[in-house]
Amino acid sequence: MAKHPFHDVVIAGVFNSQQARVLEGYTSATITLEAIKGVFEEAGVAPEEIDGVSVGGGVLNSAQAAYLLASGPAWRGPSEGRGIAAILEAAAAIATGRATTVLVAAGSAGIYTERASTAPWTRPGNEFVVSWGLFTAAEFALIARRHMHTFGTTPEHLATVSATIRNNGHINPDAIYRGRGPFTPTDILESRMVADPFHLLDCAMTSEGACALILTTAERARNLKNKPVYVLGGGQDAFGPAYHHPPSFDLKGRNGDRYSNGWVGRQAAERSFAMAGIGPKDVDTCEFYDPFSFEIIRQFEAFGFCGEGEGGDFIMNGTIETGGRYPITTDGGLMAFSHGGAAVQLLQRAIRGVHQVRGECKSNQVPGARISMCSNGGAGALFTDIILLGDEQP
Amino acid sequence: MTLTRPQPSDIPLPAPSDVSQPFWDACRRHQLTFQRCNACSGITFIPQPACRHCLSSDLRWEQSQGKGSVYSWTVVWRPQTPAFEIPYAIAIVDVDEGYQMVSNIIGIDPADLQVGMRVAVTFHEMNDEITIPYFQRSSG
Repeated sequence: MAKHPFHDVVIAGVFNSQQARVLEGYTSATITLEAIKGVFEEAGVAPEEIDGVSVGGGVLNSAQAAYLLASGPAWRGPSEGRGIAAILEAAAAIATGRATTVLVAAGSAGIYTERASTAPWTRPGNEFVVSWGLFTAAEFALIARRHMHTFGTTPEHLATVSATIRNNGHINPDAIYRGRGPFTPTDILESRMVADPFHLLDCAMTSEGACALILTTAERARNLKNKPVYVLGGGQDAFGPAYHHPPSFDLKGRNGDRYSNGWVGRQAAERSFAMAGIGPKDVDTCEFYDPFSFEIIRQFEAFGFCGEGEGGDFIMNGTIETGGRYPITTDGGLMAFSHGGAAVQLLQRAIRGVHQVRGECKSNQVPGARISMCSNGGAGALFTDIILLGDEQP
Repeated sequence: MTLTRPQPSDIPLPAPSDVSQPFWDACRRHQLTFQRCNACSGITFIPQPACRHCLSSDLRWEQSQGKGSVYSWTVVWRPQTPAFEIPYAIAIVDVDEGYQMVSNIIGIDPADLQVGMRVAVTFHEMNDEITIPYFQRSSG
């Protein structure tokens, strides 16, 4: 049998810098540098071992990181630290012998200064959305509304997702919103409306922070201190540029309704599961991307955990709580852990997956977790990326 | 009851591209337009350099009747920037010719918005260069 494409790839280190609503005195580059130093220490890897970089920390981009680390010529990842895409590119670079040990990092601080407006990364400038006042909450609300109309999904379903994720952050000592709960679905529904059907507490926060990962070969990882975590599968679905086109549930390509934008991530999930040789029932924790509450419901449907339109009922009755069958976003996610800009929080879904598979979570550790499914994106942004992480070499 | 209104002219305005300039020029004449392919008759919107159905670059501009139905909607209470007056209603409109566009629904009580509601285009001049197409409720 052919070897799994990522048989020889290991995630050997993960690190989150401090996260805060505002990190006084930091820039994107300086906080990213903290995460980079932190991950070297956490992995027990020396800077001179790095021969691949994928970094997005303001002026500290991949090219600058290659120079600063002075580790010699390095493979440079095209996604510049942008989440699961960057991790999968790094894994592929190692699997194909283009790199041995890759640093993936992102961070941001000091870029959200105009507080009367929504965060800069949420405000699209395209001519076919800008004057109608769109921003990310509205884009994702248009997706949610269509699903509610078609399938009868309710504000209470959405609020249950938000309350669950926010309660995960409430008990996470590293979360920015630690101790801010507990929340009931009623608390979510009573928060002020932002973009109908999304109340304030249906939406991600904005914050600052950085994080980093190190990927290396299975051979190199044998002498490292951390329990190795493997890339079992991955996939990336994109329909087009985010925040230009109408964020329509029914935007589709020539392969038809089954893969319309409302189900973006379905093809990526099918391919991820096929690569891993597993299915949704094998997933122990769902470290899904939570820019807005509805997105979790949509992802369960798109990824095949339940049927189309069944996501609202699927997430009720404790299914998505820790202790339930499919615990979601166990660190508190973008709603309560951190949402540091355009890229940091993308990587942090996978970092949480690594923590779960290693059994090292400070809160909400799922006992015996062996497989985590992590996602990025959402239908409001016309893309969804997936990575499956596990403790067994594929 | 607050009815949604056109936005003031100091909101962020579109920066037309070479490809989209004819669309915005037509808006100044109070015409809603889209691209149709001379090769396959397919519609492409938002404006593109080539047909999304067959990749032909032989596209012509056609005028829409400016009628459609609300496909999805949201009402915004936290504006993108302070220049926007709240509340405003964003909708994806299923334009009758067979394509979708984003716009605002003006002149409506937010509580009355519904998927499927019939709407018609109306134009609002922001300055000499830019006229914005909005939609409002219509009977047919």
